[in-house]
Amino acid sequence: MPSLSKSNVPQFSVDVYQNEYLPEGGREVNAIVTVTSTGGGTSGGRPLPGNPAAAGVVIMVDCSGSMEYPPTKMRNAREATAVAIDALRDGVSFAVVAGTHQAREVYPANGGLAVADPATRAQAKQALRKLTASGGTAIGTWLRLADRLLSASDVAIRHGILLTDGRNEHEKPEDLQSALDACSGRFTCDARGVGTDWEVKELTGIASALLGSVDIVADPAGLAADFQAMMENAMGKEVADVALRVWAPQNVEIAFVKQVAPTVEDLTARRTEAGPRVGDYPTGSWGDESRDYHVCVKVPPAVVGQEMLAARVSLVLPEPDGTSQVLTQALVRAVWTDDMAASTRISPQVAHYTGQAELAQAIQQGLEARKSGDLDSATAKLGRAVQLASASGNEDTAKLLAKVVDVVDAANGTVRLKPKVADADEMTLETRSTKTVRVKK
Amino acid sequence: MPPLPESAPSAPTARPTICPGCSEPQAPDDRFCGRCGRDLNAPPDPEPAGQEPDAAEPQGAEPQGAESRAAGTAAGAAEQAPPGQAVNGADPQATGAFLLAPPRAGSSDETLPLGFSARLSDPDGPDGPDAPERVGAPAAGTAPGSAPVPASAGPVCVACGLGGVDDDGYCEHCGHAQPRQRDHQEKELEGVAAVSDRGLRHHRNEDAFTLGSAALPDGSAAVAAVVCDGVSTAHRPDDASAAAAATGRESLLAALEQGTAPDEAMRGALLAAFDAVGALAAEESPEPPAAHHNSPACTYVSAVVTGPVFTVGWIGDSRAYWIPDDRGTPAARLTEDDSWAARMVSAGLMSEAEAYADERAHAITGWLGADAVEADPHVAAFQPEGPGVIVVCTDGLWNYAESAAEMAEAVPADARTRPLASARALLGVALDGGGHDNVTVAVLPFPTGVAGAGFPPA
Repeated sequence: MPSLSKSNVPQFSVDVYQNEYLPEGGREVNAIVTVTSTGGGTSGGRPLPGNPAAAGVVIMVDCSGSMEYPPTKMRNAREATAVAIDALRDGVSFAVVAGTHQAREVYPANGGLAVADPATRAQAKQALRKLTASGGTAIGTWLRLADRLLSASDVAIRHGILLTDGRNEHEKPEDLQSALDACSGRFTCDARGVGTDWEVKELTGIASALLGSVDIVADPAGLAADFQAMMENAMGKEVADVALRVWAPQNVEIAFVKQVAPTVEDLTARRTEAGPRVGDYPTGSWGDESRDYHVCVKVPPAVVGQEMLAARVSLVLPEPDGTSQVLTQALVRAVWTDDMAASTRISPQVAHYTGQAELAQAIQQGLEARKSGDLDSATAKLGRAVQLASASGNEDTAKLLAKVVDVVDAANGTVRLKPKVADADEMTLETRSTKTVRVKK
Repeated sequence: MPPLPESAPSAPTARPTICPGCSEPQAPDDRFCGRCGRDLNAPPDPEPAGQEPDAAEPQGAEPQGAESRAAGTAAGAAEQAPPGQAVNGADPQATGAFLLAPPRAGSSDETLPLGFSARLSDPDGPDGPDAPERVGAPAAGTAPGSAPVPASAGPVCVACGLGGVDDDGYCEHCGHAQPRQRDHQEKELEGVAAVSDRGLRHHRNEDAFTLGSAALPDGSAAVAAVVCDGVSTAHRPDDASAAAAATGRESLLAALEQGTAPDEAMRGALLAAFDAVGALAAEESPEPPAAHHNSPACTYVSAVVTGPVFTVGWIGDSRAYWIPDDRGTPAARLTEDDSWAARMVSAGLMSEAEAYADERAHAITGWLGADAVEADPHVAAFQPEGPGVIVVCTDGLWNYAESAAEMAEAVPADARTRPLASARALLGVALDGGGHDNVTVAVLPFPTGVAGAGFPPA
């Protein structure tokens, strides 16, 4: 509910779930950090001084030749884009890009963004009619154009929506990678694959690098609803460029930092140093939402009775002057005890998300093994995935798994590979393998 | 190098933007170099730390300088940063371990307001399995725990000697938890003294005690001690023990002042403390999820001396002992534990030795807390024949002197005239024995020497 007295920056809160007790000589400290942002304004963005237009969205629509087969695909993409444009709130900046082996501005086609109002929305939808399918696919060029358009306007929340139906065939993988490196941290991007001819790893890589979501829209008819949801999600973002900051004391080593809900995303390698023993991990834009992170650190062993701060986790927001504002923080502690009951207990949150991360990995490895013909390994991995999904109550993933394997005994992970699996089912499972569920309360 | 004033960290000296020692870039508010640990407030060309004799310099004190340092600290320690912050010359990063403060030698109990006599006699010295010395504060036992050392004093980590201390009470360099006020507490009133200590194996002190005296309607004085032991497996045990000790003391003294009979007053105090601990459960925030969540709980033992008699009340396994001055007469244990072992013995199922050797021995069967089966206070009154002391303690002490005879051996002969020194000596017994639990002990001389209390009739 909007509140007039509140600023547009949402209130962040951090909760830490951990078992801080270690046995004598214990070194590994695990904690689940739940970050919740609530109560931001509903104006659609954080106003920068002197700049009321705070959010910008670029929609990138695949217009390669393959979009004409079947012809409904292009029509559905056009309609979905129109729905997304209708979902734009007044005042939000936007542009539409047509993507082939090169990127072309469709609207407003003036090297920048248009500000949404009834007139510009109508013009943009008019421009969509001119979209035709021909040419190749070079996604890196689309992203670079989106970046140029977004940076030409002074918007705080910069977001892209990317729709493709095929593989990135008309540029080298290095070119896409360098485009991602260039765009990473400059805008966030959701990616959608329509049909079954696209490459899951390619799109998940794009969404992961640009801190956005990825999904499959197997049936083009479902595009409009999905686009509307994505656009509303983007409109709900209130603050951009939030980082998870982790301070660890001298001689404490950070083993990993992962987002574990709503999806598994390993952030360990994306650390940027923010001072002595302080590192920032990007989390992108936030609306009213809650995410969980798994932080694992290795502390120097100590004798029983000692207590130390193993890590300090905070949410920080960069300020225009180069400093950063600490939104909230929490402590991860380590206490050495000779109480075996205390030190052997595993935090239910840590156990749950360790299982969810293993679930995602088991699905990916299982599908990989299946593709390469290693059926024994595929059966074992997917069986383990079924077991984990069942035990943790991840029903959506369990349903997707059941389309790829015949489940004999979910509790023990006994499965048989299905002899025939629809491409869409396999791709859906792979794309959504990183989706997690939260701890059952 | 001239001694730096205590206020040096806040002095408006321009700090280097790079460390003069290792050229590491520094933020404007850094007090120490994050890489080499150098004090950025120090003058540009310091001598090696080992040659600094002054006690005011936080990093400079040397183990060899302990004698002169102790003399200086004895007088001024109360307003100084923790004396234990001195570190020896070794590089803590090289050892990777927490450095322990050296013991101070040559000081006597009376002149040391912080009273580390027990620790000072520790033969293990700085190499022993010791925790860093605590910020001892002779504060009331009811003070709520974990107050960080005031930042204005510019405290330096007791473990590494390099980092400052953050608002949460942890070192900004090595993360080590800093001593808390409750880690070691002492208090002495006329006619009673008590000491409470974290011990060597627990990370915080969950025991609590309170002392007090009241004027009875007949003009004589009553002197009381309350000792509580928070149940570690429960939530917020430190809050439970503090609440029980404070509430019990208030209730007991108020009832006595109104002329209530001591045993009734004691029973009332136990029930009031029981309710206070139970109320903690009601104010619980749902912060830790319901799994593995026990209501705050603690034990309770109290003794009050009123004229020719004294009264003991308890719930749980904290104990009271009677130790007569004349060691020729037998000492006595005055309480019967609410514990698994005591039950097995009283039911005749096991011998005392067998029962206490069992790992379940310390499982308590009675406690204060919302999830206790019932409030079942035990009260007993005693009228000793001669003078002596009542020792009121948690199992952190009696684990090392279980029988009355063992306790009598541990209690100094002059306990009645020097209760605080005796309480410290008993703490020393527990720490020398391993200090596996928090240790709290109160010593009440009998008869009480407090003005107005008559010598008991023969």
